[in-house]
Amino acid sequence: MAGYIFRRILQAIPVLLGTTFLIYFMVFAMPGDPLLALFGDKTPNPALLERLRQEYHLDQPFIVQYFLYLGGIFRGDFGTSFSGEPVSAILARTFPVTIRLAIMALFIEFVGGVIIGLVSGLRKGKLFDASALVISLIFISLPIFVIAFVAQFIFGIQLGWARTTVSTGAPIQDLILPAFVLASITFAQIVRLTRSSVIETQSLDFVRTAYSKGLSRRRIIPVHILRNSLIPVVTYAATDFGVLLVGATVTEGIFNVPGVGRTLYQAIIRGEGPTVVSFVTVMVLIYLVVNLVVDLLYGLLDPRIRYVK
Amino acid sequence: MKIRRLGIGAIALAAASALALSGCASGSSDSSTGSSSAVITANGSEPQNPLIPTNTNETGGGRIIDSIFAGLEYYDATGAPQLDVAESIETDDSQTFTIKIKPDLTFTNGDPVDAQSFVDAWQYGALLSNEQLNSYFFEDIEGFSYDEDSPLTGLKVVDPTTFTVTLKEPRADFPLRLGYSAFYPLPKSAYDDMDAFGQNPIGNGPYKLASADAWQHNEKIDLVVNDEYKGGRKPANGGVTFVFYASQDAAYADLLGGNLDVLDAVPDSAFGTYESDLGDRAVNQPAAVFQSFTIPERLAHFGNDEEGKLRRAALSMAINRDEITDVIFQGTRTPASDFTSPVIDGWSDSLEGADVLKYNADEAKKLWAQADAISPWSGTFQIAYNADGGHQGWVDAVSNSIKNTLGIDASGAPYPTFAEQRTAITDRSIQTAFRTGWQADYPGLFNFLGPLYATNASSNDGDYSNPDFDALLQAGSKTTDTEEANGDFQKAQEILLKDLPAIPLWYSNVTGGYSESVSDVDFGWNSVPLYYAVTKS
Repeated sequence: MAGYIFRRILQAIPVLLGTTFLIYFMVFAMPGDPLLALFGDKTPNPALLERLRQEYHLDQPFIVQYFLYLGGIFRGDFGTSFSGEPVSAILARTFPVTIRLAIMALFIEFVGGVIIGLVSGLRKGKLFDASALVISLIFISLPIFVIAFVAQFIFGIQLGWARTTVSTGAPIQDLILPAFVLASITFAQIVRLTRSSVIETQSLDFVRTAYSKGLSRRRIIPVHILRNSLIPVVTYAATDFGVLLVGATVTEGIFNVPGVGRTLYQAIIRGEGPTVVSFVTVMVLIYLVVNLVVDLLYGLLDPRIRYVK
Repeated sequence: MKIRRLGIGAIALAAASALALSGCASGSSDSSTGSSSAVITANGSEPQNPLIPTNTNETGGGRIIDSIFAGLEYYDATGAPQLDVAESIETDDSQTFTIKIKPDLTFTNGDPVDAQSFVDAWQYGALLSNEQLNSYFFEDIEGFSYDEDSPLTGLKVVDPTTFTVTLKEPRADFPLRLGYSAFYPLPKSAYDDMDAFGQNPIGNGPYKLASADAWQHNEKIDLVVNDEYKGGRKPANGGVTFVFYASQDAAYADLLGGNLDVLDAVPDSAFGTYESDLGDRAVNQPAAVFQSFTIPERLAHFGNDEEGKLRRAALSMAINRDEITDVIFQGTRTPASDFTSPVIDGWSDSLEGADVLKYNADEAKKLWAQADAISPWSGTFQIAYNADGGHQGWVDAVSNSIKNTLGIDASGAPYPTFAEQRTAITDRSIQTAFRTGWQADYPGLFNFLGPLYATNASSNDGDYSNPDFDALLQAGSKTTDTEEANGDFQKAQEILLKDLPAIPLWYSNVTGGYSESVSDVDFGWNSVPLYYAVTKS
């Protein structure tokens, strides 16, 4: 097991190097001069522009810029944003917010989705199942910004139950509404996934055996049906956690959440290379870790899948 | 706190949640206390640069700088300059100015606000190697150079409260500029570590930062009243908190939801509804922002000759500005009648030749036909714009107006980003007309004309040049009489109306609103609310 994890971490190194290189190249290839945009509609003096270019190493060829950046990372220096803040400080500030939001959304979608999916699966074809299907279909087909704007308008402005946007420090009570919005779409997916998985498991031999042994439903449903139905659901939820962690740009923008998605979007608009690359690097890191955790979770849930050697 | 590697299974989730929850539990402590000491909340955006006056050229940082610093002057609601730190600004020839400042003023850290604090700050801002974005403000002062580090020899400290400024050539509106943030003083302690100063600036204005870490990047900045401030901008409230928004929609939702007191930018999506949403708390008034599109003279058929002038006039008359500002902008733009802005002293809507800015389909067709007689037109007339700025709607409307009136092909030419468009304009590789906008730095006619249309001026993106125009600008700059100067600038504009280096479109309005809990909300000439005057109950 330990050896397996070690090998996976080793594999991550070339992946990380490759992605930073690609991202850096893409930011570099982005047309237009970010320094010119800094001056708005006014044209700056060429001499001043040249100076600024040198300061941000924008006058160097791509490969030199890349290695300067990479060298900085190894010294723990992720560069500086145009407003003079170290990128490492931006990372440290935004990721906790996004992690908190992601955990809340994941909790909502997983608990809600599994319970409703389980009941639906057990009562296949009944009224509850049918209505759950219809509702989940509605959520799947709505774009997230529609859900976000409607939720903000109804709960924030009309009813006044929640703050319209997230206040400073992103306290938990402010994040509840955005978390529900974020959860809404995946929630529907999890309902459907759990439902079909439960239906499938119910018809398997070992469940019938359990019933014929005379085990109670109270034991069969959680231990035999639910546990075995959860394998695809957990995989899906864990992957989704990775998606949530790298920031939900649209939702964060609408609710003004000072998280990863909003910050990255702003950095892209402003053409701040170091910020963009650092954020994406950390995102890649998160994906790698989440994928590793998912693979390990398989083994935990289903002993038939093992990583020996 | 950096992202940690997750452990295995459920433990990982639990650990991570504990970690995240503890990591940023600083929480919010909104203290809403008594009336005159109540803190107002206003929308802002994360400053793009460190908070140094000479390095702040956008509104996100500008509104903070203006609140925490006091310059020689400030601009009142009408845009008229009022003395702030200065006691008097005198000149005989508009070239040498003697500036006296009020005695015994200090920065919030105790450093004196004296003549030296101004001179040092200006020297710092002008020096090439300091790379300050606003350095061009000092270009008229003797000794300024863009090519090498050279001190401003035109600045001389006479005594602790007096200094003199000598310009390279007369500039009558120089005193008018002194309210702009580039001319603010800096405390001595700033020069020890300018980077640290930019994160935690120390000023002499009506407000000061609430604490050393008042600037919470990307979230907000807290300002409280500076009791030491003795100028005319005495705060009527207990402080201002600028909340940084990534989108105007979020800010607008907060205003409606009661979390924001003062908003200075209504999102496009609410143009149709904000006046009914807010009632008499909605604000919609012209601002010092001029919008146009520039047709470079190097384009075929648009040279500085008979044909070019005919075509420019025809295009201008083919645009139905009233209809477009009404339909596309729902009345949040005002059709242009000159090259400046109605909020500026000296603006006029009755300049000779201003008819060319009125929609006149018959005349437009006639002029275009005359131009065709000189050299026949073929191809498409295109207006370039940046697609990331919400310009597509009006560019398409203007193109259609031209197309329908003149019967030629006309269309927009989008650049994906603002940076790309500016690059193409600056290196002169752009081969179409392009959208141009100008927000004034200080409330004077010259600022709308000199930097944009004078020969070889810094933002003369269309390479326009007309000696008569240059001469009138010079004349207006030399005189010490404001009326006379404005007369010269108006005459200069009448030349522009004939040559049309850029086709004036409209003035942007400032659209905003405020909550029920505040009153006395006035917007300054530069579209930024006068935060110090706002009262909150």
